[in-house]
Amino acid sequence: MARPIVIDGDLTTRPRLFIRGLMLIGWGLLWMAVFLYAPLVGLGALSAATRGEYGGVEWTLTTANLWRLAGYDELGFSYNNLLILWRSVWLAAVTTGICLALAFPMAFWIANHRPRVRHLLLALVMVPSCVNLVIRTYAWQQLLGGQMPPAWLASQLGLIPPGGALYPSGFAVYLGMVSCMLPFTVLPLYTSIERLDWNLVEAARDLYGGRLRVFRHAIVSQCMPGLIAATILTFIPSLGMFVVPDLLGGAKFMLVGNLIQLQFGSMSDWPFGAAAGVFLIVASLLALVGLRAVSERTEGR
Amino acid sequence: MRRLAWWIAPATFAGLFLLYVPLAAVAVLSFNATRHGQSWGGFTWDWYVRMAHNQAILEAAWNTLVVGLLSTAIATVLGTLLAVGLARIPWPRWFRRGSDLAINLPVVTPDILLAIALVGAFAVLREWWPVFKPGMITLVVAHTTFQISFVCLVVTSRLVTIPRDQIEAARDLYASRWGLWWRVLLPQLAPGIVAGALLAFTISLDDFVVSFFVTGPDSTTLPILIYASVRRGVTPEIHALSTVIVAATMLAILAVSVIHKRHQPE
Amino acid sequence: MATPLDLRIVDLSKSFGKVSVLKGLSLEVPDGQFITLLGPSGCGKTTLLRLVAGFDMPDSGSITLGSTDLLALPAQRRPVNTVFQSYALFPHLRVLDNVAFGLRSRRVPAADVARRCRETMDILRIADLAQRYPHELSGGQRQRVALARALVNEPEVLLLDEPLSALDAKLRKEVEVELKRIQRRYDITFILVTHDQDEAIAVSDRILIMHGGSIIQDGTPEQVYERPVNQFVAEFMGVGNRFPVTSDGSDTVQGPFGPLRLEAPPPWRQGTLAVRLEDIEVRDQQPAVNGFQAVIEERLFRGDYWELRARVGQAPPLVIMVNPDQIYHEGQTVWIELPPSNIIPLAD
Repeated sequence: MARPIVIDGDLTTRPRLFIRGLMLIGWGLLWMAVFLYAPLVGLGALSAATRGEYGGVEWTLTTANLWRLAGYDELGFSYNNLLILWRSVWLAAVTTGICLALAFPMAFWIANHRPRVRHLLLALVMVPSCVNLVIRTYAWQQLLGGQMPPAWLASQLGLIPPGGALYPSGFAVYLGMVSCMLPFTVLPLYTSIERLDWNLVEAARDLYGGRLRVFRHAIVSQCMPGLIAATILTFIPSLGMFVVPDLLGGAKFMLVGNLIQLQFGSMSDWPFGAAAGVFLIVASLLALVGLRAVSERTEGR
Repeated sequence: MRRLAWWIAPATFAGLFLLYVPLAAVAVLSFNATRHGQSWGGFTWDWYVRMAHNQAILEAAWNTLVVGLLSTAIATVLGTLLAVGLARIPWPRWFRRGSDLAINLPVVTPDILLAIALVGAFAVLREWWPVFKPGMITLVVAHTTFQISFVCLVVTSRLVTIPRDQIEAARDLYASRWGLWWRVLLPQLAPGIVAGALLAFTISLDDFVVSFFVTGPDSTTLPILIYASVRRGVTPEIHALSTVIVAATMLAILAVSVIHKRHQPE
Repeated sequence: MATPLDLRIVDLSKSFGKVSVLKGLSLEVPDGQFITLLGPSGCGKTTLLRLVAGFDMPDSGSITLGSTDLLALPAQRRPVNTVFQSYALFPHLRVLDNVAFGLRSRRVPAADVARRCRETMDILRIADLAQRYPHELSGGQRQRVALARALVNEPEVLLLDEPLSALDAKLRKEVEVELKRIQRRYDITFILVTHDQDEAIAVSDRILIMHGGSIIQDGTPEQVYERPVNQFVAEFMGVGNRFPVTSDGSDTVQGPFGPLRLEAPPPWRQGTLAVRLEDIEVRDQQPAVNGFQAVIEERLFRGDYWELRARVGQAPPLVIMVNPDQIYHEGQTVWIELPPSNIIPLAD
């Protein structure tokens, strides 16, 4: 007979308590396990399988998919796939950089107002992020179209042929990515900047003198937590983005997301798609771990 | 208000510009009488009228709504049970760490990974239960899967604000387990549950990537419809539809914040 | 309450991990007594309370109420109610619904619920707060609601966990009186837990001083106040002066300021004597017995009394409490008297 215990005023035994607990959380966890956790693990396994004759999956284990990702297939080495991987990481990095560069002033500007107004301004920034991604992206398509002002302006400046559109192009993709991720960069950064201790900044001004050094030592170091969070929330989703490059970048601008979509779609090469997925998981985890390490290092200060 | 560097305000406006101008462009085009091309042909409500009668759009809207409601309902129940079960039972630390990780997973994972995981799951399950062919069912299941986490997180944050004292006091005052739940916990959790459900509903309505991968020919949702139309060649009805969605989103956020403010003076 | 139900605690032990909080504690509380568990934090008093309430399970021992084994019952079924230190009012319910909670849980008919709530709320003078919410009440009002919520159920035993700690001094005095009055009226066994000795003295029929999981002294307020049994109790009850003395078996002992006459020979050869601050008299002339010349080193005004620090020769200073109208100055030499009846030999 199990010993009776009391939890929150409830007299029961440990076994009965945990059974009751399992009855509560079991359903949700089972659901997630069946539809999410198991498949994610399965992805890892899948990446080692081979594509069947007619697009199915043949379970002959091979590392061919990983090699293909790195560029080596039956036809020898081609750097296409590597380029795709690299482009994804680069795009995510540049997007994050631009977003941070814009988010800092925005966060300062908002934090500079009276508390009541601040909430309104913050909402102003967050609202577009609640609008559907597809709509936001194709809206850029429209805005960058051949007969709209921006394209007209560019053709006047001789940047593009007259009547041409500003998309599909790398430029359009970066515009789309930044405008898509910007709210997610501003919010976490703002929470840190709102708590900024200006006294420290004043003190730094006396000590250092140079604007840049003041910025680095007094401001950035205080905003570290928000900065890290902003970077995580911008970089990692950007890695897996496929809608924006798809609609604004055209067929030539392929990223990991598009690659995956292709394999699970028309190409029906699930194992290869899974391998690309594994790359994405690994890249995301590396980024997460790396940023956590940076945040832990600055905690000590 | 302190004086900021000169470039702060312009940079801010550049950012806001990036966020709003495309949406404004679409709104303008939705009133443009010219069907093709983007030269201005005069103001018209035509496209809105056409949109309201477009079969495909109406069907997609209906699907979106049904999927949203069903998945939110299931996810709210599962997510709330999950939150309560995790918070009120003294699980060992390793279990808590693991479950925290597991619940946060859908929130930090890129959509596309969730999407292919679900596709894989359905492919396997289809072998035994044909009900998992791409269609409404898979959509509902897919949405529920990532909604559960959000509901659980919101309800948990509300649950931890209820001090243990109250629970002990209720039992001390002769309440049974059910009584405790119905008369003490649920009434205080209700705002959290509603908030979680609303959040889940919004995420479902907005979802594109996951839906795109798991949907079938008869279960198009609005985001998928818009995407397909964009690839084929955009029509002004789509502009009208998008503007309506944008406006609805903004109104919904406004409504939520007003309600939130009215509950604040507690 | 037809048959008097006594609370009997036998050999109760409880540890949390490696820390042993209660060590074989035994206690008997007759029906209708107001007892206080008094002690510093960590002495086990709150743990004991929680065990009686049913919020925790002891490692060994028994708790019986009359002939009922309380440990076999969950908190939900024990005829015991608790007033929490934080009051633990339900914020989403009005005051009336809070008070009625226990009755409704037991499915008491609505008419009875209404009547009993009204009566209890009248006694506690919160009847006009019935429709308010807890967050609209002051600290004192909330405390009364918490009391009403527990009392309305007419439990056999009422447990109070530091009920006055959140109240200001003036309110505390008022509530102390009320608690006593209510306990008398309802004739319920009250067990109060506190670390404030003034509170304990004011309300209890019986005080139990706890330390390190055991009961150190068990007696009436007068007994505990006047005759602390050892160093710890003396210090806890605020007996300010303690000094070592040696005895030769007679009723005169040798202390740091000279010979001292006691009422009776102390039970040891070497030990400690304690004298309360207010029991040392300051005189104009040499007293007949136990008189010493002392120099006043320091004086502090404490509102309703002066606190003097006086030294007899080279001995450690004595702390003396005198009336506000007796003015002495630093450096002044006075006669002090330690009346034998006010000297307390301590057990250790």
